[in-house]
Parts: sequence; C-alpha cells; structure tokens
Amino acid sequence: MVNEKMILARVIGNVVASHKNQRYEGSRIMLCRMITPEGKDTNTTLLALDAVDAGEGDNVLIAREGFSASTAATGKPGAAIDSAIVGVIDRVDLLEADK
Amino acid sequence: MQLARVIGNVVSTVKNKSLRGRKIMIVQNLDEKLEPVGQPLVALDAAGCGMGELVFWCRGKEAAFPFKRDPTPTDCTIVAIVDSDEHVNNFELKTKN
Repeated sequence: MVNEKMILARVIGNVVASHKNQRYEGSRIMLCRMITPEGKDTNTTLLALDAVDAGEGDNVLIAREGFSASTAATGKPGAAIDSAIVGVIDRVDLLEADK
Repeated sequence: MQLARVIGNVVSTVKNKSLRGRKIMIVQNLDEKLEPVGQPLVALDAAGCGMGELVFWCRGKEAAFPFKRDPTPTDCTIVAIVDSDEHVNNFELKTKN
C-alpha cells in the first residue's frame, strides 16, 4: 500500500455503503486512482471521502492522514476516516526536463 | 480506506482484554475491478460484517476510534459494508465497452 500522505489522484467512481460508521453519514465515498504529477495512471486505487464536491473524472488532491482527513470530511477529528479529497486540481506545472 | 473482501476470521481467546468480544477478520484487499491485490490482512470488525461480504477498512490510529472508550489495539478496522458488488460504480469500466 502506498504510504505517501498527500497524493494526486483521479476520481474514477464511487461506492455506496448504507451500513457504515456513523461519522461517514452524508459523505460521498469516492473510488480514486493515484496518478503521477505528469498525469499518468498508477495501478494504486483507494477510497477517499469527498470534502470538495469532486466529480467523476476530476483530478484531485487526497490527504491520507486520519486527523486531517476526518477534519476535512466531517468538520472535526476523531473519526475512523484515513483519506479525504481536499482539493480539485486545475493544473499541474512541472519543471521542463532539460532536453 | 480500501475495498476488501472478508475471507476469514481469527479465533483468539488469549488476547489483549480490550479485544474481548471483538470479531477479528481476515480480509483480502481488492482493486477497482474487485480483483484481489496484495496480501490478505487482519482487520477488526466495527461494522458487523460476515464472511464473503464486500467491506472497506480504515487504517492508522483512527482505526481505534470506533471503539472509542476502550483503548483498542488495532490499526486496521472494518468501518463499512458495501451494499453489494454492484454498488461499486467504476466509470473506467463503463467507458471501456
């Protein structure tokens, strides 16, 4: 399992779970695929709670640490949440590799 | 969090006392196509899941929060049961065919 804390990802779907820990109430559980800064897909997928109304196909920023994820997704810490989408990415600028 | 299938449970009588009365499950992580990926791992059940169910777990210090009052030694806890395999909407699959 990748253990970086803040990652770039693309929203590739969502998951419906009516039977869940009550702190997940009212949050959308998004299925995301981690991507490289260049935008290439990786084969790591994960679930993250949406905190910024990210939609299908959006490139997003995911915080993968419990305190920040719980706070971002539910407003206060202390929930059994380890990943949350904390931003929608407009653009990634990268240093040009010197040819 | 990660999707996983419940594939087994662990019976342990001699254990940390705050694990008493908790179900210890074995889960197999799944990718976005619900295919197994990686090694099976152990997760404490906080959602009342059963064998073969599709679940997802939470990892890290937060995994102990569902058992709030007693300091439960767990770093991976099942926090939800997915309604069914069809309730995993994967747009990548839809665009392919």
